[in-house]
Amino acid sequence: MMDTLLTHLVKDLRIEWRSKEAINSMLFFSLLVVVLFSIAFDPRGAFSREISGGVLCVATMFASVSALNQAWAREIRHQVLDAQRMAPTSGAQLYLAKVLANFFFVSVVQILLAPVFLVFYNLHILGNGWLLLLVLPLGTWALVANGIFFAALSINSRNRELLLPLILFPIFTPALMAMVNATTGIFTGEFDPTIWIKLLAAYDIIYTTVSLLMFETVLSTE
Amino acid sequence: MKKILFGVYTAICIALLVWAFELAVNAPAEMMQGDAYRIIFYHVPSAMVAFLFFAISMAGSIGFLALREKNLAKALAWDAWAVSGAEVGIIFCTVVLITGPLWGYRAWGIWWAWDARLTTTLLLWLIYVSYLLMRRFASGPQMRTSSAVLGIFGGIAVPIVYISNRIPGQHPGPVFGGDRASGMDPVILRPFLWNIVAWLCWGILVLILRHGFELTQQEVAASEAELSLNA
Repeated sequence: MMDTLLTHLVKDLRIEWRSKEAINSMLFFSLLVVVLFSIAFDPRGAFSREISGGVLCVATMFASVSALNQAWAREIRHQVLDAQRMAPTSGAQLYLAKVLANFFFVSVVQILLAPVFLVFYNLHILGNGWLLLLVLPLGTWALVANGIFFAALSINSRNRELLLPLILFPIFTPALMAMVNATTGIFTGEFDPTIWIKLLAAYDIIYTTVSLLMFETVLSTE
Repeated sequence: MKKILFGVYTAICIALLVWAFELAVNAPAEMMQGDAYRIIFYHVPSAMVAFLFFAISMAGSIGFLALREKNLAKALAWDAWAVSGAEVGIIFCTVVLITGPLWGYRAWGIWWAWDARLTTTLLLWLIYVSYLLMRRFASGPQMRTSSAVLGIFGGIAVPIVYISNRIPGQHPGPVFGGDRASGMDPVILRPFLWNIVAWLCWGILVLILRHGFELTQQEVAASEAELSLNA
């Protein structure tokens, strides 16, 4: 049953391994955002701890849009998407494979970006640093799970590359709010981020479930 | 007959609005806020109407998705409710977002505070604007399905945002059903209730007009498609 999922996942990972398009473009873009923000705000000391959580989340969010836009666009060439529509497999597995692959790409970017980020923002984490290992994946999952779904939703529209951020960001905002508050709580150590992590987890569960249930509808839309 | 009923309803709406305005202007000034409080006569009814119409929009989206394969004509009528609910809701929501800061600047000394209801309302506005953008950008028959899905996603976001903001904030607490100090004096309550009735009736009037307009547009699009097929 998981064969379909695995096949799609391996295919996406292999394409990325050969082209490295998504990771390279995201990495450079998020690097640019981090540099631009540090030039704009000159982050030091306590001020740096207060804004860097937000910068990290927003940088990830903007950067991931480029990869999300490519996720389905590359399936349009040679009518691959039509073939997947006709294939007697469930759309949910196709969706989940795409989410897993892109979740992996964005996570790689975050790991590579982390040292640069710590240097540029002179960060000295005052709270429980290891909690970031929970917050960042949860936030990334929220972003990618919704992003892949909306990318599929906007695939048939004009200007789909423009449309995706316009429909994704408003709905992602609650997750962004939780992610920013949790990371700020961790960086400053001033408040307990637990409630925000719980909220993020709840957001992930709700939206992943709804996306899995509705993906078939979106995929087979004519 | 339909036209006469509609004309009567329109007349009632206008009369109600005039009456409610009269009451709102002549209500006594409030003890703490003076005349500034009068904005509640527009702010709160608009918020109620906006939230109601967004709920109608979401119901329309669900109805469309449920019926689109069984009965297309019915599904299209639901879709018309979805789009008109969103559009008219956005107008009322805009009124809320404009009157709120006007009052806030007088009462709090600041235009905006990022607290529960303000954030929820702003986000709701953003979500439904993105819904309308989706309808505009997407083309062809799949547009309705895609935007219905987006409408449902947007509806789900509302309670999440609301919960995430339940920290005590800046916005006045519940006026009704709160603690003992809550509630309104009858001299203010009466114009307040009349304003709710008037704005609700007016909102429904605009909603029905917009719905009818959408149905006509659907018919025109369908007949144009048929013409081009036969040509």
